[in-house]
Amino acid sequence: MKLKDLPDDNLFTAGHTACPGCGAAMSIRNAIRILGKDTVVYVPASCAVVFGTTFPYGAWKVPFFHTAFENTGACLTGMKAAFEKKGKNVTAVGFAGDGGTYDIGLQSMSGAAERNDDILYICLDNEAYMNTGIQRSGGTPFGAWTTTTPVGKEVQGNRRFKKNLADIVIAHEIPYYATLSIGHPMDFIRKVEKAMTIKGFRFLHMFTPCIPGWKMDPAKTVEVTKLAVESGMWTLYEVENGEKKITYKPGKMRRVRDYLMMQGRFRHMSEEDIKKLQMWVCRKWNLHYGEKGAPEVCEIAPPEEHHAVTEEHREMHGP
Amino acid sequence: MKKVITGDHAVAIGAKLSRADVVPAYPITPQTLIIEHIADFVNDGEMDAKFLTMESEHSVMSAAAAASAAGARVFTATSSQGLAFMYEMLYATAPLRLPVVMVNANRTLTAPPGIWCEYNDSMGVRDSGWLQVYVEDNQEALDMVIQSYRIAEDKRVLLPVMPCIDGFVLTHTVEPVEVPQQQDVDSFLPPYTPDIILDPERPAMIGTLMPAEYIMEMRRQTADAFESAKKVIQEVNDEFAKKLGRNYGGMIDTYRMEDAEAALITIGTVTSTSREVVDDLRKAGKKVGIVKLRFFRPFPSEELRKVLSGVSAVGVFDRSISYHGGGPAYNEVRSTLYGLMIPVINHLAGIGGRDVTKEQIVKMFDLTLKAAKGEKVKEIYWHNTRGETV
Repeated sequence: MKLKDLPDDNLFTAGHTACPGCGAAMSIRNAIRILGKDTVVYVPASCAVVFGTTFPYGAWKVPFFHTAFENTGACLTGMKAAFEKKGKNVTAVGFAGDGGTYDIGLQSMSGAAERNDDILYICLDNEAYMNTGIQRSGGTPFGAWTTTTPVGKEVQGNRRFKKNLADIVIAHEIPYYATLSIGHPMDFIRKVEKAMTIKGFRFLHMFTPCIPGWKMDPAKTVEVTKLAVESGMWTLYEVENGEKKITYKPGKMRRVRDYLMMQGRFRHMSEEDIKKLQMWVCRKWNLHYGEKGAPEVCEIAPPEEHHAVTEEHREMHGP
Repeated sequence: MKKVITGDHAVAIGAKLSRADVVPAYPITPQTLIIEHIADFVNDGEMDAKFLTMESEHSVMSAAAAASAAGARVFTATSSQGLAFMYEMLYATAPLRLPVVMVNANRTLTAPPGIWCEYNDSMGVRDSGWLQVYVEDNQEALDMVIQSYRIAEDKRVLLPVMPCIDGFVLTHTVEPVEVPQQQDVDSFLPPYTPDIILDPERPAMIGTLMPAEYIMEMRRQTADAFESAKKVIQEVNDEFAKKLGRNYGGMIDTYRMEDAEAALITIGTVTSTSREVVDDLRKAGKKVGIVKLRFFRPFPSEELRKVLSGVSAVGVFDRSISYHGGGPAYNEVRSTLYGLMIPVINHLAGIGGRDVTKEQIVKMFDLTLKAAKGEKVKEIYWHNTRGETV
């Protein structure tokens, strides 16, 4: 499907109450345009329940179901079983946040993945519990301010690196895993379309900036997403039946600092912490693209306590 | 056809005869045999259902709710810790009016860890919006699975139902059970035809966020459905009796209550032992009878006030303790009988799966008869318990 052919039958309508520039709302809206009307949606506790379904208003024109927070995988399994039993050809799609996937919903997602149930699991990753007011999740990046990783006199921001959810999901030997970005619409469309053609457990991991949570300009959602990819903080690829394929590689690696400086959640970061994060990104870049990151970006003097950093890296990614 | 089978086996047959579409399952003692039998039925091609091996009870009830919302007839079973792990989802299922049927094999809820019969698992979720019925034998276990679907799916009710069966005493004990013919069950239980489901042809949003301006009405509707359920339970009981030949009385059952001075309110398998005790005591000239509490939700207030209005004292058997004094059934009965000036005393017994013997039940009747004669008795008795006892 080409961008100009993307239907706009308003299955997730205008008039929802998401913040201007909300990455999650943009991802939902674009995904549902591709998925079409033969879709049933499950959304766990999240902003998407609030901005899309507060009674007596509702933005969904496809069937919508919500019960709790930690059960996206199980609910999709249950509804898909009912559709299969009744002989209905319906796509069961879940839109869960990073909290609902990395943390509290991990078990339910893992169960559905392990059973290879025929469902489409979409994770809208805005890197913290935004609906409850910006608390750290397993998806929060190193250094980021949240209300539970505040910038204190002794400790500043999140001290752990973002959890490697992708490898956990892929380890279930599912037929399809892909990362998506609203800054790369053709790649986005192709991956959603591809996921629709595959039978079994499919996982689409969407990078979704949060305006109040990231303390950023609402006009810059796409720009920030693009910079995340250009700097290596987010990478675009897909894994089909265990075969990994990079779907977009930046021409030139951008400094992580450029990405951080667009967002208030990172603005407090010390030079040392920025270096730590840059080293983490360079390592990830190397593992991911199979080549070293740009020398002017990655060949930097390591921060003073680099031994500790190396330990942290080893813990995160193995030797 | 008569079969000699366990309570768990009877329940599984009940689910098969009810033509459940989707069965999400997770094992827990003493429910395990239920899902094992259903897995056998499905893999042998005897039961046309989607059998889902979930990774936890929370996911079982999540899948059950979602499958029900998508229009399927859903069956599952659990016990004790499993029921506790579902707690959140029990509360999600009822107000969304999803008529799931789940058997609970009653078992001690830890601590201390124990696997035998106690009601502190199911009675702890009495306000979750599920109907609860406690059964006396394996036959009633099978029959109530079938009846539960008729009650749950009735448009005047549309609420989930939890038949509760005594762990081990029924789940793992064989009894002769009359297994109904499929065509008889089919003529009693029509297919499930819900009005609002998750269907792309008629999109609906189920489980939307509710502002304070609307939640009270939703609660009120659920409460009203519980009131309607009382009538439906009686209708279903009577039709079942007519079509399948077994009458359980509806909300309650009674035994030799015609001129009783003292009544014992029983729950579950203790009822059978109590029937024998009543026969013995009647022979000895004592005017005693039994009221079997079948449905605990909705609570049979009108029925109890009617049947107990002529007695001089009431004893209530409880197999779990509510920590503000006495057991849950005792507190409900006392509240129900408020204003009738009938003494109500509580008999706590069998907690943690301890046997409840005829001797203990004789003591329960003796104490209740004392109260009936106006003698001074305590309000709460712990039977056959170390320490101060009767």
